[in-house]
Amino acid sequence: MIIRQLSVFLENRTGRLTELTGVLAEHDINISAFSIADSTDYGILRMIVGKPEIAERVLRERGFAVKVTDVICLIIPDKPGSLHHALEILSENGVPVDYMYAFASAEGRATVVIRTDEAQAAIRVLSQHRLELVRAGDIYQL
Amino acid sequence: MEREEMRKLQGERLSAMVRRVWNTVPFYRRRLEELGIQPGDIRSIDDLSKLPFTTKQDLRDNYPFGLFTVPQEGIVRLHASSGTTGKPTVVGYTKQDIAMWSEVVARSLTMAGITASDIIQVAYGYGLFTGGLGLHYGAEAVGASVIPISGGNTKKQLQLMVDFGSTALACTPSYAAFLGEAIMEEKIAPGDIRLKAGIFGAEPWTEGMRSEVERLLGLKAFDIYGLSEVIGPGVSMECSCQSGMHIFEDHFIPEIVNPDTGEVLPYGELGELVFTPATKEAMPLIRYRTRDLTRLHAERCECGRTLVRMDKCVGRSDDMLIIRGVNVFPSQVESVLLEMSETRPHYLLTVDREHNLDTLEVQVEVEEAFFSDEVRELEGLRKKIQSAIASMLGLTAAVRLVEPGTIERSMGKARRVIDNRKS
Repeated sequence: MIIRQLSVFLENRTGRLTELTGVLAEHDINISAFSIADSTDYGILRMIVGKPEIAERVLRERGFAVKVTDVICLIIPDKPGSLHHALEILSENGVPVDYMYAFASAEGRATVVIRTDEAQAAIRVLSQHRLELVRAGDIYQL
Repeated sequence: MEREEMRKLQGERLSAMVRRVWNTVPFYRRRLEELGIQPGDIRSIDDLSKLPFTTKQDLRDNYPFGLFTVPQEGIVRLHASSGTTGKPTVVGYTKQDIAMWSEVVARSLTMAGITASDIIQVAYGYGLFTGGLGLHYGAEAVGASVIPISGGNTKKQLQLMVDFGSTALACTPSYAAFLGEAIMEEKIAPGDIRLKAGIFGAEPWTEGMRSEVERLLGLKAFDIYGLSEVIGPGVSMECSCQSGMHIFEDHFIPEIVNPDTGEVLPYGELGELVFTPATKEAMPLIRYRTRDLTRLHAERCECGRTLVRMDKCVGRSDDMLIIRGVNVFPSQVESVLLEMSETRPHYLLTVDREHNLDTLEVQVEVEEAFFSDEVRELEGLRKKIQSAIASMLGLTAAVRLVEPGTIERSMGKARRVIDNRKS
């Protein structure tokens, strides 16, 4: 249920993001989801990729600062109120969310990537409410 | 040797040296005459403060051989400093000078525990720079096996270090750190590295950098000090107590003076280090101003040596930046970064002037071990560095976090400052 997310420190320089996507393309690594948190001088790129171990290694070899963080991925129907329902469950159970991002897919479903310090608790309460969580093996192929 | 005995020896050597330059160096004779000093006036070490200073400018004015006391036939070696600002500084050595230099470097290596059974990798640059050849001759005098690999070519350095089983490494501390990182990157097993002592100098470094290098290379790091004008490396050296560098004051007579007034300061006070290399034949200098700021201590060291000790230099006044009227040494920023274990000491200071106001930007590489994937933690790190620098310097600097490996690495001396105000 725990998914390995890669975070990369990127300076705000023209072409830097392109270098990164180039390295991944070169090694035939697919990006399933990503988001960027930015400040004035730098950004943190967070992404879920196929073959995360290989991605981590090749990015490091090219001089990127890479960190692996554990996240969970929740699948919800792509319709009003479903994200609210999931977040309510987390907040009622006192599970904090550090950050999250989401993407909708063609089949009327949306995937929500959630970073929390209490991943196990989140998995437990979400499963209790019969919400669908993505298994590691599945998401890397999304 | 007891202090009085040392002072007597220094006095004899000084007086003989003044007589010698009076007779052989027109520049010094003129200087002394202008001050109304006759060689006979210099009888003991107490008379040292009567003598005029020699500065780097004097060396430039007498470029290239104007300060030599012997004809060219007597000179067996020439070294020169990089002339980044104008003409290079030239120094000459007689056969006897090379022997004396080898002896002080041999004493230095002995302090670091190096003997004939050691294999020493000399990764200082060989050539006009005194580092490589200075260490080389000293190491041969000790009887150690010397690998004269010079600087650079990191892969070869590591290969020979492993294959030959080098037990000592001599280079700049920044290159030592660079080699240490390369060992990690190449995933060389710690057991394959046999280094036990490092002889590092030729640039300022901090205690934090010492522990970093000691950790990376698994050795004990010793600080060696020297400058080509005085002899080269081997003017002073740390013993195993690592509490200051012992000055070989039987050859190089040290003083600390107020950098503004030239007044001699007592032991323990911070000021500019001045050397009179009295036994040098080819180019003895009278009270040479090193521009290095430090303190001297006369108490007997725990190791038993009575030689005067000097602290690590606070900075070279050449490196000193004046930013908004505040004196700033790059080493101060380095010590701030090293105290914060999160960052490794790869940094660059950029000084600029905007609307007649000096600005300072400090670029710091983000270490992967600390790199958080949360903006607020990185911002927290940035602000922590910023406030630590502000309290150290009394000056607000803009701190910018940059990707690892983006600040240029050096093989020789590290470039830590870009001052755009000069261009």
